[in-house]
Amino acid sequence: MKSHFPEQLRYTKDHEWVELLEDNHARVGITDYAQEQLGDIVFVEVPEPETEFEQGDTFGVVESVKAVSDLYMPVGGKVLEVNPDLEDQPELVNQAPYGDGWMLEIELTDTDEYENLMGAEEYEEYVQSERDSKEDEADDDDEEDDDRGFKDDEDDRD
Amino acid sequence: MSGEKSIFGLSAAGRRGMVLPELDVPADGSLEELPAELLRAELDFPEVSQVDVVRHFTRLSSLNYHIDKGMYPLGSCTMKYNPKVNDLMAALPGFAQLHPRSPDRLAQGALELIDRLGGFLAAVAGMDATTLLPAAGAHGELAALMMVKAHFRKMGAGRTRVLVPDSAHGTNPASAAMCGFDVTEVPSNARGSTDLAALGKALDERVALVMLTNPNTLGLFEEQILEVIELCHRAGALVYCDGANSNALLGHARPGDMGFDVMHFNLHKTFSTPHGGGGPGAGAVCVKHVLEPYLPVPRVVNEGGAYRWSRDFPDSIGRIHGFYGNFGNQVRAFTYILALGLSGLRRIADAAVLNANYVKARLAGAYDVAYDRSCMHEFVLTGKRMARAKGVKTLDVAKRLLDLGYHAPTIYFPLIVEEAMMIEPTESESLESLDGFVDAMLAIAREVETEPELVRHAPHTTPVSRFDEVEAARKPVLRWRGAEAAARPPAKPAKTKEREAR
Amino acid sequence: MTHPYIPLTAAEESKMLQACGLASVEQLFECIPEPIRKAFQVDGLPPGPLSEPAIVSELTRLAGANWACDRLVTFLGGGAYDHHVPSIIPSLLFRSEFATAYTPYQPEVSQGTLQAIFEFQTLVCNLTGLEIANASMYDGATAAAEAALMACGANGRDQVLLSSGVHPSYRDVVGTYLRATDREATLVELDTTGQTPHAAVAGADVAALVVGYPNYFGVIESLAALRRALDPKALLVVVANPIALGLFAAPGACGADVVVGEGMPLGAGLNYGGPGLGFMAVKESLMRRIPGRLVGMARDHHGRSGYVLTLQAREQHIRRARAASNICTNQALAALASTIYMCTLGRQGMIELAKLNYHKAHYAFRALEGIEGVRAVFPSPFFNEFAIRLPREPRAVLERLEREDGIAGGIELGGDYKGLEDALLIAVTEKRTRQEIDRLVAGVRRSVK
Repeated sequence: MKSHFPEQLRYTKDHEWVELLEDNHARVGITDYAQEQLGDIVFVEVPEPETEFEQGDTFGVVESVKAVSDLYMPVGGKVLEVNPDLEDQPELVNQAPYGDGWMLEIELTDTDEYENLMGAEEYEEYVQSERDSKEDEADDDDEEDDDRGFKDDEDDRD
Repeated sequence: MSGEKSIFGLSAAGRRGMVLPELDVPADGSLEELPAELLRAELDFPEVSQVDVVRHFTRLSSLNYHIDKGMYPLGSCTMKYNPKVNDLMAALPGFAQLHPRSPDRLAQGALELIDRLGGFLAAVAGMDATTLLPAAGAHGELAALMMVKAHFRKMGAGRTRVLVPDSAHGTNPASAAMCGFDVTEVPSNARGSTDLAALGKALDERVALVMLTNPNTLGLFEEQILEVIELCHRAGALVYCDGANSNALLGHARPGDMGFDVMHFNLHKTFSTPHGGGGPGAGAVCVKHVLEPYLPVPRVVNEGGAYRWSRDFPDSIGRIHGFYGNFGNQVRAFTYILALGLSGLRRIADAAVLNANYVKARLAGAYDVAYDRSCMHEFVLTGKRMARAKGVKTLDVAKRLLDLGYHAPTIYFPLIVEEAMMIEPTESESLESLDGFVDAMLAIAREVETEPELVRHAPHTTPVSRFDEVEAARKPVLRWRGAEAAARPPAKPAKTKEREAR
Repeated sequence: MTHPYIPLTAAEESKMLQACGLASVEQLFECIPEPIRKAFQVDGLPPGPLSEPAIVSELTRLAGANWACDRLVTFLGGGAYDHHVPSIIPSLLFRSEFATAYTPYQPEVSQGTLQAIFEFQTLVCNLTGLEIANASMYDGATAAAEAALMACGANGRDQVLLSSGVHPSYRDVVGTYLRATDREATLVELDTTGQTPHAAVAGADVAALVVGYPNYFGVIESLAALRRALDPKALLVVVANPIALGLFAAPGACGADVVVGEGMPLGAGLNYGGPGLGFMAVKESLMRRIPGRLVGMARDHHGRSGYVLTLQAREQHIRRARAASNICTNQALAALASTIYMCTLGRQGMIELAKLNYHKAHYAFRALEGIEGVRAVFPSPFFNEFAIRLPREPRAVLERLEREDGIAGGIELGGDYKGLEDALLIAVTEKRTRQEIDRLVAGVRRSVK
């Protein structure tokens, strides 16, 4: 179980992170916990540069072999750049969610939105509570997918 | 390669598979006058002899599992025997060679068959009218949702919501979304049925349609179906029956009598048209009078003993198919219904439901039944306990079944059951056949205890083993690019800039 | 008496009931509330099973009430064509291994179906000149409708230009699909040469332009010119006749973004219009938006290569309400027929076949045009189908051809096109002999005299 999240980032309940750069610029990605829940990511759909979003808007989608999840904007802003490597190497999100697996670089609309996000400690507590409730619900420690890359979801119906 | 070469790999310049008719008319010279830009430069197709083609596809066929070889316990798929006489009747030249643009006066037999089959299905459904135009179940759903949308538009009611239970098949919400409806999931209750309280809460004056499956995807009859439908109707909503599971009810009960306003049948499930490795299917939508004006066109009408196609229905949603749906499968379903007769249809449900309950009873000790009550034609197991205790997932059990000569059950559906395995034996299986399947399942349960690794890495005896689906999706190779490329699926080519270049 | 399709005997029934702790089969149905658990009648359905001879006799009677291409020499086209179906197709197609297999969700026991679909996808790509083809769709008309929806999703626009040269039924289906999401199709009328006018499609802020290739009148339009005229962001969607592509330029090479069409002419047979075989090919940039199943190459855990259904996250069973489409089947068996067909004809055969169709149709056209009072509708290049105006009411001419010559002479155009009440659409395939064409010409000449 992962036990720490980078101190310099801010986090959302939807498991996105924001890293504040210079000049009101920021990077956005998904957390290690999020990539672990999704499993092997096969595709990341990100928006065109120049697109503007409000906090909470859907800005893209991540796909694993048999699941899809929306990506939510942790803060409002305009997209300056998207990570060009994700198109050919979506696995970067699994391998380095805070590094080479970043998704967007944006210009913040409102720094208050950033300030109000969770810090690393608070997010860690949040993740722990989510893990606990999952275990209660399923009374089950989710098996790590093995490293063979063979996924296990199947819906067999016409 | 694992088995059979690509047909492109079998190609040798100059070979041919067929002799074409001779050119017995003079060419008029117009072809030579056409500008070169209108003409094709080259065609990259294989060149193979007829022998090559026959052997290639015969060898490919041998890599498939199929219903004529053995049982498919695929829940919700109704993989029943496909009688051969159905195929022969569909191949009669009067059907197989009938041109769809034939004037109605030259197609009276086809029109009569369509009219009578529609009548049979409406009667079995307890509904008032049928369209056979949808080419598959999901196509039928889509047509029905379009009709519901047209109905409320005509009524001037702004109903924009559709409710589906959380156990619903994915096509239900997908079809509703394709019609621009907002979809809300309604949770099931602890008995696996529609939760009346949750449904009541979700219903409001904006709900157009509630889509139910009955028996539902857990194989359970909706016990409070009359109350559920009354609740929906009181809120002004119409109610849809996904008829995927109709095999359970044939001759015993009719969705129309339960109060449903519209339903679809999958002719490739309940009425035995072959699955063909994924299609063609055939959908049929049956409606009550309230929706009849909106049925897609064309519709068969009978005037003074002569049949004709009519498009003269001003409130119709319009056409949904280029011609008349999958007619070949309509012939098969019609033949099937005649072969059964009313008593035969009822006997299907008897045997399908008894077979499912028998298999459930025999498996209940070794596996956990998700909702342990009397089931209809199918039931759902959960592999949660095995997954936790032994690290053997439902997927592994399914793959191990392939080793033992059976197709896998439906797995990981419905979504509300963890590690779900959905089993539908159908009426086609004899007691010996059911016992064979149960014995295989029990043997696997024992292996899970004694040799879990064997199960975890199954299958072992099939032509290929499990695939790396992650790599396949990350670096998709969707067409043949030569033997060398096939030996090592290439990385995606650099992105072309053609759009900008234009 | 047990039914041949239902093995359960009375003795087995009691044994199984006992194992379930039940006394009767009826008990299993007690979960159905009383008022709706009841017997009913079905008009026209015998109460019990019919014997096989009785079934054959009834179906043979119905089939015999049709005047199909086995009894009439047909010049009908209009989206369905009387091409020869090679004998190996039915013989391979109805192998149980193909016909009675389920959707290939378990790739370990479905490599036959999967590889055949992969080869189908490859052949469709090569024929259309595009990079990605799906595993097939219901029919040409619904493939066109799905293409229009895909275009709207791809560029976020809501208006679709629809050439009036697109098959009228396809236009209706596109309209039905677009209406369901409150979108619209705008009709672009053909010009006097039977081509979609370039000026009418230029500069419009639309999702897509849909054109026929050849169009409904058999006319080969200049796709490259249409592409140049069209807004660069709008998709050019081409509805193609696959047989014509043996001779005419691949739409992908002319700038088409999407090619769809009806694959029935590729050996799937007529079957009164269904099963159809919709095909769809797209540019690589649309790979994540294409609806329907896709088969891709994969490696198993021993490193052997094979085939799986892939990119499934686009589909309804995963994306549910936000799927690329609700489609949940493909026309696998019809796609297999066309795969066998395309392989059997091969590179040379496809080209020769297209030429045969072209020359026979042009022979018929020249001869008919030579009859006094008969005129071509459009002076444009055409493939195997063309429209002519008659000096007499077409219905009367057709009925006389049926009655006296055993010929289905063509399709009346008046019902679908205003101003063409005097016109017929005539298709000539490789199956028509010179003698049959001459008979048609003589019949028309006699009727219009």
